[in-house]
Amino acid sequence: MTSHALLRFLQNYAVLIMIVVLIIGLSFLSDSFFTFRNLLNILNQNAPLAIMAAAMTLVIIAGGFDLSVGSIFAMGAVCSAWIALHVDPYLGLLLAPVIGLALGTVNGVVITTLKVHSFLATIATSLIFKGIAIVLSDGKLIPVRMAEFTWLGRDRIGGVFIAVWVMVAFAVILTFVLNRTVFGRKVFSVGGNEEAAILSGIRTNRIKIATFSIAGLAAGLASAIAVSRISMGQASAGTGMELQAIAAVILGGTSIYGGVGAVWRSIAGVLLLALINNGFNILNADPFYRDLTTGLVILAAIGISAGGKQR
Amino acid sequence: MNSDEPGKPAIRAEGIGVSFAGVSVLRDVTLDILPGEIHGLVGENGAGKSTLGKVLGGYYTASQGKMEVFGRAAVGWDPHTALANGIAMMHQELQLVPALTVAQNVFLGIEEHQWGVLRTSEAARLEELMKSSGFSLDPHAVVSELSIADQQKIEILRALARDAKVIVMDEPTSSLSKSEVDQLHDSMRNLRAEGRTVIYVSHFLDDILAVTDRITVLRDGDHVMTAATEGLSKSDLVASMLGGGKTETPYPEKSPPKTSEIVLEARHLSSAAGAQDATLTIGRGEIVGLIGLVGSGRSEIVRAIIGADASTSGELVLDGEPYTDRTVAKSNERGLVMVPEDRRKQGLIMTMPVRANMSLPHLKNLSSYGVVKSTDERKRAVELIDHFQVRPAAVDGDVSNYSGGNQQKVLIGKWLMESPRVVILDEPSRGVDVGARQRIHEAIAELAASGAAILLVSSEIDEVLGLAHRAYLIDRGSIVEEIDPSENDEASVLSALFHHQSANHAKSLNESSE
Repeated sequence: MTSHALLRFLQNYAVLIMIVVLIIGLSFLSDSFFTFRNLLNILNQNAPLAIMAAAMTLVIIAGGFDLSVGSIFAMGAVCSAWIALHVDPYLGLLLAPVIGLALGTVNGVVITTLKVHSFLATIATSLIFKGIAIVLSDGKLIPVRMAEFTWLGRDRIGGVFIAVWVMVAFAVILTFVLNRTVFGRKVFSVGGNEEAAILSGIRTNRIKIATFSIAGLAAGLASAIAVSRISMGQASAGTGMELQAIAAVILGGTSIYGGVGAVWRSIAGVLLLALINNGFNILNADPFYRDLTTGLVILAAIGISAGGKQR
Repeated sequence: MNSDEPGKPAIRAEGIGVSFAGVSVLRDVTLDILPGEIHGLVGENGAGKSTLGKVLGGYYTASQGKMEVFGRAAVGWDPHTALANGIAMMHQELQLVPALTVAQNVFLGIEEHQWGVLRTSEAARLEELMKSSGFSLDPHAVVSELSIADQQKIEILRALARDAKVIVMDEPTSSLSKSEVDQLHDSMRNLRAEGRTVIYVSHFLDDILAVTDRITVLRDGDHVMTAATEGLSKSDLVASMLGGGKTETPYPEKSPPKTSEIVLEARHLSSAAGAQDATLTIGRGEIVGLIGLVGSGRSEIVRAIIGADASTSGELVLDGEPYTDRTVAKSNERGLVMVPEDRRKQGLIMTMPVRANMSLPHLKNLSSYGVVKSTDERKRAVELIDHFQVRPAAVDGDVSNYSGGNQQKVLIGKWLMESPRVVILDEPSRGVDVGARQRIHEAIAELAASGAAILLVSSEIDEVLGLAHRAYLIDRGSIVEEIDPSENDEASVLSALFHHQSANHAKSLNESSE
């Protein structure tokens, strides 16, 4: 009984426990780790990924996968930089999420009308979006050195980076949407049992499209923050972020089979990955071991959550 | 066949107990299973009959007690050692490889080979095996194209190929038609004639009584009795399954509809999925039954009515007005709802709590500006839980851990939350225990008495006759006859169905030869 309860506890809070262990360990190993400055930097650096992972949680809970968010990020980066440079910097920042929303909706419509698995469809759209971004930018960097553009990624409010505030607000809103609204309930039902959801009168395709739209919106928002920070847009931005986002979601304990999960879990997953990274930097550890360590940690987390599924 | 001396048990269980996560599901079962007998295991859902079967087959480990198999202590008992000691298990869900042939499935894992290269002797080996055991199947037929009854024969042959002396069959008849059940019973008798033992786990008491030599009854994890089948009646079994000496639960009183007002009328409804020119009416306060053999198209007709399948022709009139372009969502809004037949696949969302399952179709009315009003939601869920006596009575209960009967109550409750006008119930009491079945029947009668129009689909003829005011007989997706349940019994309905079936068959043969 107690071992069962312990296993359950571990399953539910494996990421949090790992985070706490890492924080304690790193605090002992290095004086510069447990400082407001370092912790805030970790959050700030990972705000774009956290925003994407939060939205990816909805896609995965609804039973989907989105491998195109990295490319949507690239589109957002190129478009916002170009518009900022040629039209208006504020408009550039504003349009990135809008473009992301549109591309995400395209994903959703393609998946539901062609009735193909989202995994396949988003591999294809990922190449298409990336291709468009390359063509639009002519393969070049688009530098935007204007304070009207870089405030979003660099400025602070109340001592904390705006990017962190945006991330927190986004995560809180998605948590509310998922847990308190009719839409959120439908997202869980589509991923939990699509046939039962259809027979309950839910238009499941609309729900799926909406999750992809939100994932696109998040990728666009994340790209606006990132481009604003480095004051440069390029088509190679966001490469690999889709896999990092998915890894963070799964690391957090959201089921890849759909129907269960939470936004905070994915944020925690992002933090865990970030802490491992930060630990390597702070301790001056051999970076050759970074991927190896990250992989082992992900495997351990998956092992814990799979462990309890057997009777 | 069996070299053991007569009277010596094939399996001797002493004080077997099983608990899962600290919850005891089987206690102190002491039982001898004899060689060459068909031994029935019965009990309500949750009584532990399947659990006991799985302990014998090595799928569950007993937490207490010990077991002897053919005189040897069974230690480290798992499916593999059980099989090595002559005990095979046939699961409710058949464990066959659909794309392989009969012979390949039978010899899966014990193929004859030379340095890994298969020999071509499988068909011949299978013929020999079938000759000695009285089965006949085409060795080269692909499994996915066979009926479930034939697939079960493959499972049995597979056990025989491994020289199993005891075969545990866990609810083998739940998806079989009547004639397929008879075939399976014949197979069991064949096995017995060879001196093998069959352990038959089922909740169909008539089946158990028809074929077994001895019966063991379990109740709430306790061993109630083991007795010779001869001299036992269905009511004896029900009484010992239920405890308090109750006889088989009667159906609730039928209250005749107060008006003759027609609520729903289907006219010549057809669908690509299998409804064929179906015409029927349901009145206010009326329970109308649909009776058909397995595969007769009962579910297809109701799916066409509700809009889950698109209709190709015909029309539906709801409250006197034609209702076209039906979808499940629109039907819900108009108070036309369906409780689907398969609660796991079509009904419940196992990853969501009881409350969220119940409110799912009604979120529009339980929210403001898209935000779920959780106080209202809880209140409504609590009312339904009380009304149906769902156990455990937890609003946030994890429905995936509930018994079949309680899951079914949650499912029916889900559809009754908004007092619908027309309720289609597809197999409302399939795989539920006696207590839940009774509560569900009462709820159906109450619902009709309150003025709802009810269409009841069930493969248990008895259930339809016991509850419905009128009933339609179904064959090949169309309605072939209307009957009065009070003037019919199970036997007369069955013979009528078989009569229509052969008439239809002859008709289609004529059509195809023309």
